[in-house]
Amino acid sequence: MIPSPLAIVALVVALILLFSVWKGGKRRTLRHIPAIQRLQRSIELSVEDGSRLQVNLGHGGLLGPQSAAALAGLTLLQQLAEIAADSDLPPVATSGEGTLMLLAQDTLRGTYQRLGIREQFNFELAQTTGVTPFSYAAGTLPSVLDRTALSTAMVGSFGVEAGLIADAAQRTEGFSLGGSNDLSAQAVLFAAAHEPLLGEELYAAGAYTNANAAHEASLRAQDVLRWAVIILLIITAVSPLLGGGQ
Amino acid sequence: MKLRAPISTAVAISFGLLVLLGIFIPDLADFRNRILNWAMLLAAMALLLGLLNLAQVHWQRIRGRETPVYSAVLLIAMVVTFAVTLLQGSDSETAEWIFNYLVVPIETSLMAVLAVSLTLAAARVFQQRTELMNTVFIATLLLLLIGAGPLFGVELPYFTRVLNPYINNVLALGAMRGLLIGVALGTITTGVRILIGADRPYGA
Repeated sequence: MIPSPLAIVALVVALILLFSVWKGGKRRTLRHIPAIQRLQRSIELSVEDGSRLQVNLGHGGLLGPQSAAALAGLTLLQQLAEIAADSDLPPVATSGEGTLMLLAQDTLRGTYQRLGIREQFNFELAQTTGVTPFSYAAGTLPSVLDRTALSTAMVGSFGVEAGLIADAAQRTEGFSLGGSNDLSAQAVLFAAAHEPLLGEELYAAGAYTNANAAHEASLRAQDVLRWAVIILLIITAVSPLLGGGQ
Repeated sequence: MKLRAPISTAVAISFGLLVLLGIFIPDLADFRNRILNWAMLLAAMALLLGLLNLAQVHWQRIRGRETPVYSAVLLIAMVVTFAVTLLQGSDSETAEWIFNYLVVPIETSLMAVLAVSLTLAAARVFQQRTELMNTVFIATLLLLLIGAGPLFGVELPYFTRVLNPYINNVLALGAMRGLLIGVALGTITTGVRILIGADRPYGA
């Protein structure tokens, strides 16, 4: 029996609402993701030494299945902008798509307005650096190579071109964290980035950098669903051996 | 002004819900398609704004003498390509020449650069990260390379016929499916967070 997509969405909503209310005891903590912890340290260092954080949102638009990865990147951008508000140089966002650029500008402007530092915002803080995958990567490279941005987070929809940005961060001895919804990009980032985000870790970044109740709840819902899928896979694999079906 | 955030949130949530319900309720399908068509038009306009943003950033670089030559080349290429496509159409001979003899070779060159830089980056990263999974990654990579074909004219049957297919068809495929399930779960929870208004990545 295959559950309907509507039932899955309803289950996720119910789980998020449940975990928003029920915290599960004080000792429960989020699962350990080393990449996010290093990103947090890197943000603190950037704020201390006045260097710039660069958030690369990829070239995935908002009209396809890759939109969730882009939205996860925007959430991270919002939280980094809040954390790094005291820094000499505000974070910069790059994107390879128009709608994503507009949302990044809106995110930064809204965040600075909320923090009462609206004058720090300018439209160049969120840029479109190219509209094809490789032109996007090529346009992003200069700010990494001239050491303007010493911490580079790639969170969004990338292809293998993410390797060029991660390599540039390596060469300038900067920090790079990368996650994508694309499997080839995940393999490239595992090899080239300091800290790769694999699978669902990409979508969990927001819950770790500046967790609110909804983020934590969605992460717990994600964990519950992952275990449910694992158990279902094991049952499906084992049942033919026990004579439960063909 | 204070009403702006609740209104934009309400619009985002209601349109998100309508598009989602349009998948499950056939009566809403036409309405959903209309909304998606509007979104595509807006995305096309946003692309134009993105290009203007790109031009503005590089114009500022020329004026500030940061990278004047590269920025000038980019701006000239952008204006020429835009003018040619606007006047002659995207399937004209000149537009196709620009695409086939400039865009494609440049992107292919970057792909070639990627192959080299990725190898070097991986070597540097693995010097810094001495974790078990990195060792597994390198060992698997070497086994696959050995099994990819005859090595110095010598074929190693166990690697090419047994180990390589096993890694590709069993281990790698299982891992890929696991990662894809993770991505799917993350996509669902991110979407739900936006639908219930917990995440508002639109400045609200």
